[in-house]
Amino acid sequence: MNRIISKKQLSADVFMMRVEAPLIASERRPGQFVIIQLDTNYGERIPLTIANADPREGSITIIFQAVGNTTQRLAALNEGEFIENLVGPLGRPTHIEKFGTVVCVGGGIGVAPLYPIVQGMQQAGNRLLVIMGARNKSLLILENEMRALADELIVCTDDGSYGRKALVTAPLKELCERNPKPNLAVAIGPPIMMKFCAETTRPFGVPTVVSLNTIMVDGTGMCGGCRVTVGGKTRFVCVDGPEFDGHQVDFDNMMKRLKAYKQQEDHARDQCRLEMEIAKQTERSQKSEAMDQQAKIRSE
Amino acid sequence: MNKHPTKEELSAAAIRKLEELNKLPQPLKPKDRLQIPAQEMPSQDPVERRGNVREVALGYSAEQAKLEALRCLQCKNMPCVAGCPVRIDIPGFVSAIAQGDFQKAIDIIKRNSLLPAVCGRVCPQETQCQAPCTVGKSLRDVGKAVSIGRLERFVADWEREHGKVETPQIKSPTGKKVAVIGSGPASITVAADVRREGHAVIMFEAFHKPGGVLMYGIPEFRLPKKIVQLEIDTLKAMGVEVKTNFVVGRTRHLKDLLDKDGFEAVFIGTGAGLPKFMNIEGENLVGVFSANEYLTRANLMRAYDREHAQTPIYHSRKVAVLGGGNVAMDSARMAVRLGAAEVHLVYRRTEVEMPARVEEVAHAKEEGVIFHILQNAKRIIGNEQGCVTGMECLKYQLGEPDESGRRRPVEIKGSEFMMEVDTVICAIGNDSNPLIKQTTEGLATTKWGNIIVDENGKTSLDRVYAGGDIVLGAATVILAMGEGRRAAAAINQMLAEK
Repeated sequence: MNRIISKKQLSADVFMMRVEAPLIASERRPGQFVIIQLDTNYGERIPLTIANADPREGSITIIFQAVGNTTQRLAALNEGEFIENLVGPLGRPTHIEKFGTVVCVGGGIGVAPLYPIVQGMQQAGNRLLVIMGARNKSLLILENEMRALADELIVCTDDGSYGRKALVTAPLKELCERNPKPNLAVAIGPPIMMKFCAETTRPFGVPTVVSLNTIMVDGTGMCGGCRVTVGGKTRFVCVDGPEFDGHQVDFDNMMKRLKAYKQQEDHARDQCRLEMEIAKQTERSQKSEAMDQQAKIRSE
Repeated sequence: MNKHPTKEELSAAAIRKLEELNKLPQPLKPKDRLQIPAQEMPSQDPVERRGNVREVALGYSAEQAKLEALRCLQCKNMPCVAGCPVRIDIPGFVSAIAQGDFQKAIDIIKRNSLLPAVCGRVCPQETQCQAPCTVGKSLRDVGKAVSIGRLERFVADWEREHGKVETPQIKSPTGKKVAVIGSGPASITVAADVRREGHAVIMFEAFHKPGGVLMYGIPEFRLPKKIVQLEIDTLKAMGVEVKTNFVVGRTRHLKDLLDKDGFEAVFIGTGAGLPKFMNIEGENLVGVFSANEYLTRANLMRAYDREHAQTPIYHSRKVAVLGGGNVAMDSARMAVRLGAAEVHLVYRRTEVEMPARVEEVAHAKEEGVIFHILQNAKRIIGNEQGCVTGMECLKYQLGEPDESGRRRPVEIKGSEFMMEVDTVICAIGNDSNPLIKQTTEGLATTKWGNIIVDENGKTSLDRVYAGGDIVLGAATVILAMGEGRRAAAAINQMLAEK
């Protein structure tokens, strides 16, 4: 049982929570993640990013997009309520050292796992060029936090509602064209974005690390549901990753695997929305009934 | 006419037979005992059980148990005991059942085994205690040996159902603390044995529920989860603290448990837990699963309960399961229950070489699983969406025996053929989980990643012990329990000397 210390809505469907987890807070390193489950008997287990941690407070910060069954339920929880099961930190930490100039690219919610990596890379003395992208302005997260760490920050949106109207690959290419070129690129975001980031850096020979978020059950290597093809070999995201050489990852296969349960997930998500809507309406009607009753009592 | 007599019919027949036997001069002569029919295990009707996950084997009635126990010849040389990995006094408990003293029977078993309700269900008795049984040998059929496992299960169930399970006595607190990593059969055994000596025990489990393979792996229809839960509850009643959602190696390093958290000893019982794949083309297509994943979704995450469970499971029409062990049978039988129209079991040797228990093979066949022996997958084929549409197989024949003593399967060149399936489940075994090894410096392992231990279960690290599948590779519940007992004894001795 892990208590939710605070909750903040960052955009239409993106939430940030600070959650009590003292051991994870002190052990976690950039690049690692947690798995949560909201109901011990019937809940599903899903991996979530650790966006930050405060070992003194004994808390971790998670950022998630309420798009599926569990994330919508999680978003409905409030401060003081509990996450029934939370385990971590899982996965291998990011390899951090002084590389020189590091380009960090975050797309959408991918900015959340990128943030601790940027922190780590900055502390290791790297020069940091950060590219952040989102579909539109309202979906941008952690801009100020990134600005505080980055030597250069480029923000782009698909629709041009904020920053530069571009996909993240456009500024990435420009940075690779500079002389000297960056020593390392880190790209985290939707699989299609990571794929094209890797394609962008490939001709320049800039080593590119990507962080994969696949379907998982246990997160400790036991089930193999998270496996991906990297350099022609089968690797497990939970114990071999989540970070891999972006130039070696078979993104097409990974994207197909992510859709394995799409039909059932869509159904569960819609069902969940419906249930939560009904719950809200019942609450509302109960409230208005109670108000009616109070009014009645008063008038009597 | 009835291929599957009901529990009541079997019990009624046993009552009649017992009455007949009572008329014979007592004690019964070996000849009379050998003429008692081997008691059939009552089971759920195969057609009916295809649609549910309830336990298949229903258990003997008291009369069936007594009758089966009367078949035992009480051999002086006790070959059955030699066949039991934990040396249970089998003639002793069987004789107590024959006399109707079920309490005595369970007490005898519990001197050596901590998990009789589990082992009575999942032990491969036909290759252990029942293999050398004189009754089976006299009748020239190992299948007609005294059903020691079913008798063990009977008294364990009798004890539980009659509310006679007692929390073991705990010695006064020693002030010493032991960490047990994992919560499967080896760890349960160590936790109980160490706790009994008065040491504090904390058990760490990575999942949200304790029980290890008994919870995530073995299906409900073979081992009801309430039985596993009871074992865990007993540990808790003994004062063992169970910490779920705790991955040693990640949440906390093993060495920190010893150096910073005040544990005097650590037992590693983390199990096999890293599924093997075939290394063939197409194994990362959508619709290819490890048996671990398939079974974990179905068992631990309860995906069979589509009404309530939030964890999805793949909707399959035609399933191929690769492998011939118990896990392969479990996967195939689970796929049947999840509604697959056809389930094919593909094994590259013959049924004789199958590591699965005879009973599981028989149950799988009764439930309609289609067996393909001397065949194996060569590659898996998918469509544009990356979903499995078929599997190219090769035919095999048996050649010379290999190092395991089983005849080596040799592929027949040019024998390729296609099997149309939408799901492939790999049940070809596990490698050892690398997590603790990767995060614990100085822990010696074999080239397969299994932890190396001495005759006391001690690892290369001071105060660190290990047992179960992480040491043995994929083995059985009873062997894990035996290893646990040995390690626990060594831990207790070490702590007593300190």
